[in-house]
Amino acid sequence: MNAAGWTEIILTIALTVWLAWPLGAFVARVWEGEPTWLDPVLKPVERSVYALCGVKRDSSQGWFAYATSFLVFSAASFVVLYLILRFQDLLPLNPQHFSGMSPHLAFNTAVSFVTNTNWQSYAPEQTVSTFSQMAGLTSHNFLSAAAGIAVAAALARAFAANRGEGLGNFWVDLTRISLYVLLPISFVIALIYVALGEPQTLAAGVVATTLEGAKQTIALFPTASQEAIKQFGTNGGGVFNANSAHPFENPNAITNLMEIVSMNVLGYACVVAFGRIVLARKDARALVAVMALFVLGASAAIYATETQRAPALVAAHADASVNMEGKEVRFGAPSTAVWAANTTGASDGGVNAMHDSFMPLGGGIAMFMIQLGEILPGGVGSGLYGMIVMALIAVFVAGLMVGRTPEYLGKKVEAREIKFAMLAVLILPLSILGFAGVAAVLPAALKGLGNPGAHGLSEILYAYSSAAGNNGSAFAGLSADTPWWDTTLGIAMLLGRFAYAVPVLAIAGSLAAKPKLAATAGTFPTDGPLFVGLLSGVILIMGGLQFFPALALGPIVEHFQVLQALGGR
Amino acid sequence: MLSEIRPAIVATLFFTLLLGVGYPLLVTGVAKVAFPAQAGGSLIRKDGRVIGSALIGQGFTRPEYLHPRPSAAGANGYDPTASGGTNLGPLNPALIKQVKAAAEAIRGDAPGTPIPPDAVTSSASGLDPDVSPANAARQAGRIAAARGAAPAEVQKIIDAHTQGRWLGVFGQPRVNVLQTNLALDAALPRAQAKGP
Repeated sequence: MNAAGWTEIILTIALTVWLAWPLGAFVARVWEGEPTWLDPVLKPVERSVYALCGVKRDSSQGWFAYATSFLVFSAASFVVLYLILRFQDLLPLNPQHFSGMSPHLAFNTAVSFVTNTNWQSYAPEQTVSTFSQMAGLTSHNFLSAAAGIAVAAALARAFAANRGEGLGNFWVDLTRISLYVLLPISFVIALIYVALGEPQTLAAGVVATTLEGAKQTIALFPTASQEAIKQFGTNGGGVFNANSAHPFENPNAITNLMEIVSMNVLGYACVVAFGRIVLARKDARALVAVMALFVLGASAAIYATETQRAPALVAAHADASVNMEGKEVRFGAPSTAVWAANTTGASDGGVNAMHDSFMPLGGGIAMFMIQLGEILPGGVGSGLYGMIVMALIAVFVAGLMVGRTPEYLGKKVEAREIKFAMLAVLILPLSILGFAGVAAVLPAALKGLGNPGAHGLSEILYAYSSAAGNNGSAFAGLSADTPWWDTTLGIAMLLGRFAYAVPVLAIAGSLAAKPKLAATAGTFPTDGPLFVGLLSGVILIMGGLQFFPALALGPIVEHFQVLQALGGR
Repeated sequence: MLSEIRPAIVATLFFTLLLGVGYPLLVTGVAKVAFPAQAGGSLIRKDGRVIGSALIGQGFTRPEYLHPRPSAAGANGYDPTASGGTNLGPLNPALIKQVKAAAEAIRGDAPGTPIPPDAVTSSASGLDPDVSPANAARQAGRIAAARGAAPAEVQKIIDAHTQGRWLGVFGQPRVNVLQTNLALDAALPRAQAKGP
């Protein structure tokens, strides 16, 4: 560990949070339907979408209608994407001559990209045609992100409403977020990525003859355009198998910084936008503080674990100052640590190193960040609504302690909201521990493991955490392209997305109908350090109680095995 | 419910065209004009032939060249159609065996100097184009001997191809293997005379 490393970690997180304020102000304008400077170009496009869809711009929906639109849209996206992947051999732009995906892989992949998870059971450069990359995967990188932000916008309107206004219109939100936020910013980022070295070509690849006379086939794709929205929309699905560790996806320290910042800035910005719409800017600032503190803590912890002595290096009598297995020279421990904390705290899931080869506690912390609910700052939109669910539980706990009905941002929190909040929160342990428990004893599942012992259990836990949390990163030693893994991970992704978002919309509907109360002397303040502490505690205790027993059998026991192995020498 | 089907289908198709076809093609078009070299993969040509990409590592094995890190990409390493790491956990016996073997293979390059961690571990991509400055320095003696040059001359070329941290903070110092090897061939061309 050194000063440059610590400085890099702190500056990266500080830059991300700082940029969230101007971006958040812009997102709020887009949510509110206010004019933006992009109107001259994009307004005609926006209008034509509404005309084609038969949607009225100012027709507001109730929670049930909003949820229905969200679900029907996701279902349509799934069907189109499934068909593209299944039959890519019959579609144009397949210079690599890849065959169509198998039914279980096409199911898993279509679910994965529609739920903003971007788990990849396959090696893209050996599986996915250029057409599928673009029309299939790149477009759903945008749309799944926009759908998540739409649900967050609906929740913001519920808090702002005073007795029964609607939650907005899903189709309008989807369109405006895609057109005004995601598309223009991704376009600019993509061009910067190309300038910094990321390829952007429709050519399939180039054969090089090395200085030693060997042949090397260099695979190429339209990389930069997907990389931009991959991070900005917290998607995380790579154009290449090595994801953002691949030098084409992440060639240097500048792209690495940009990718980390862009994968989290929109998540924080949604919170800032929420604060502006609900007229609770200080409360939003408290939520951002909780998120950023967790990311900072996790970055520091992973930096510490990855500079511990790795048993293999010690055994080989090599310099063991950094665990370089599965890491790139240009990134080393600090860039890797701050990335790992950000990608798991957000539900991004892109990686610039192989988490499977982290030290046991390093991989364990990455996994725990996912298990805390993908709210730190979580996926774009989904992180905000997940955090609001936690905040409701936190004020409920505080209310129990002092014995009065809790309020959050001027809305009374009653039994109905807490029931839906608990329903949402329980989805994560249900799908993670439920599926992992079965997989741990099922021979067909265990065949996919890439490592023996406690580390094998970590691979299982990580896979279901990643799927249910809609993260998408992996302990990639797991060979997941089998009917069992593809199907169960697909179901976990669906539960993590929709069985969470629908209760959240139900909460939104219930809150929107309530009158907005003015804060009194008896209102528990939710904008100061006390609430930051309470909320952090609730998040940590809920995550700890649910997952600590499982983690004890995976990363924690492996940590003690490492200590034992090192002590023996 | 039924009234939702039309917007769902229309929006999916419209945005697939706009975001999945229009957007990447527009980026491709602008990139081709503004940054043709990068857009094409940062290829390096010598005598008109592509010898590799500045960003993609290659498996140099001859003693007169700077060697890259071990690689898990493809059966023989450095296969850009099969990027990836070993994904072996820290206690996996297979990893410990691999790292030990890699260390024994290079210990003789500079006996007595510590083996840097990147020299015996596989990268995440399997295509790491760089080695650490310590790893490169440790190979200078071997390269110099194979080229009949002084180690200091080789070290000078390595130093010239060492990139520091960006702004002194971001990333790690590194030496690009392919570009260093091209510079070695240009400055100390005796390897060509000796032949394989």
